[in-house]
Amino acid sequence: MQFGIFSVGDVTIDPVTGRMPSESERLKAMMKYALKAEEVGLDVFATGEHHNPPFVPSSPTTMLGWIAARTERLQLSTATTLITTNDPVKIAEDFSVLQHLADGRVDLMMGRGNTGPVYPWFGKDIRKGLPLAVENYHLLRRLWREKVVDWEGQFRTPLRGFTLAPAPLDDTPPFVWHGSIRSPEIAEQAAFYGDGFFHNHIFWNKEHTQQMVELYRSRFEHYGHGTADQAIVGLGGQVFMRRNSQDAVREFRPYFDNAPVYGHGPSLEEFTQMTPLTVGSPEQVIERTLGFADYAGHYQRQLFLVDHAGLPEDVVLEQIEILGTEVVPVLRREFEARRPSHVPSDPPGHAALAAQGPNSRHRQVMPAANLDAVA
Amino acid sequence: MSRRIVILSAGLSQPSTTRLLADRIGQAVQAQITGRGESAEVEVVELKDLAIDLATAMTTGGMPTPRLARVRETVSAADGIVAVSPVFTASYSGLFKMFFDVLDPEALNGMPVIIAATAGTPRHSLVLDHAIRPLFTYLRAVVVPTGVFAATEDFGDGEAGRTLTSRIHRAAAEFATLVLAEKTGVEGFAPIADVKKRVSGIQIDRAVTPFMDMLQEHVKHRDPGRGQQ
Repeated sequence: MQFGIFSVGDVTIDPVTGRMPSESERLKAMMKYALKAEEVGLDVFATGEHHNPPFVPSSPTTMLGWIAARTERLQLSTATTLITTNDPVKIAEDFSVLQHLADGRVDLMMGRGNTGPVYPWFGKDIRKGLPLAVENYHLLRRLWREKVVDWEGQFRTPLRGFTLAPAPLDDTPPFVWHGSIRSPEIAEQAAFYGDGFFHNHIFWNKEHTQQMVELYRSRFEHYGHGTADQAIVGLGGQVFMRRNSQDAVREFRPYFDNAPVYGHGPSLEEFTQMTPLTVGSPEQVIERTLGFADYAGHYQRQLFLVDHAGLPEDVVLEQIEILGTEVVPVLRREFEARRPSHVPSDPPGHAALAAQGPNSRHRQVMPAANLDAVA
Repeated sequence: MSRRIVILSAGLSQPSTTRLLADRIGQAVQAQITGRGESAEVEVVELKDLAIDLATAMTTGGMPTPRLARVRETVSAADGIVAVSPVFTASYSGLFKMFFDVLDPEALNGMPVIIAATAGTPRHSLVLDHAIRPLFTYLRAVVVPTGVFAATEDFGDGEAGRTLTSRIHRAAAEFATLVLAEKTGVEGFAPIADVKKRVSGIQIDRAVTPFMDMLQEHVKHRDPGRGQQ
């Protein structure tokens, strides 16, 4: 099972010190977190993508390329890559280059983005969010899998005789996740292609996450990619830890109370009860996280949010250290002990996918069986 | 089959004039439905009890608290609703609007509704038709023609009080007709209407559109379908 961190990349004033980091400091801090993640034995670093202040990660592959050059094992990913407003051709190129430079340590997560004006800034219409995700992703799959692509769709200028350069590493496209908080259509899309499904998990109640994951799992089986419990699931999590849980609550509260997403709303205690947020000792985080599999099933990737709401850099580095040294080793052991042998531990990595060869399901544009409609 | 009627009352004080009007309408609805040989269960939801839950939803991008989730499911599953707001600052109250703001846009499709409002003076009576009725029209609910407006003086004797009672019964009768209406019409004899299903938004719709149906209109041109290496 893979464990890592994912970052929104917000520049937020530290509510305790009143200090506002510069954009430059924030970007460099995110890079330090990624290096720290590898240093303490975490598996994944994933960055968000945003095109408006107060966020800094507008160019994820630039950041991931920087990290790739300074790491050996860390898997580089996104949370999420905007499949609606980015040109699929540019996504194919950017991640293809990254794959080569990172020796295959790359996967990515598709998302739609929920900031209205970003769509028109990129010449798109937010009301077409789902059709954009459907069409653009299908084109992306073809660009990564077909030597010469002729394409005509609703949203992009047509392609005639287009060949992607460079081709994906070992002609093997990166593994793709699809992230959505509440759109069943996206769970259906992930299931249709046999891709992974990631639920952000951290802003809503577990009953909701459970329904979305269950839908994905049942449709994954329907489309012939394996049994429902073999579907590739990832979940978010949000933690703040101190040896003594009262200290964790005391230290984190001002950050929670002023957080951009949920600050000035529910209390820390209410939010902790309603969502996966865990503020306490490493043992409490372990217990809570193990409980995720009780409703989402045995899953393959757990990403933690640790660096938002203005938390200072040294504190975030400590949190990553605690995750790597105290929390994740226990989670690995416990999750694997509970996992049935027919359920994969990890999402498919580059080496495994490349080894499956040119006729594998992964190399097909549409590997689904049981198509419900006539093509 | 007993009909489930939900009354949404946005009064704040205790006892509340808005709740008093809501209860009178509820009794009239009960009487009209039973008078037609059917039965009705009436549940009253005080929106005041949801005030903190609504604020939580507003500040978390719509996270449904357990209590709010239950009410949203109850409302969408109802056979009809009665919505009563006090008039605040020339319109419905903020609490009243917050509740409808957190509903799924498809939560009230085709829902029979009685709209009602209370105020200190009859000069606010157009709030019903200028603010509350368009809100429900937007949500594709079916609002009965008679709205029930009660100013303080309407609770007294004389002409004003008598007409309030008659408005309540007229609204309840119109409402009962809608609630008890059978769906009629023979399939194939009329153009197919795009009637929208009612959903609470709390449960994920498992009857998702098969992906090929979503994909088809995007790949009709020159897509070989199966991958080629």
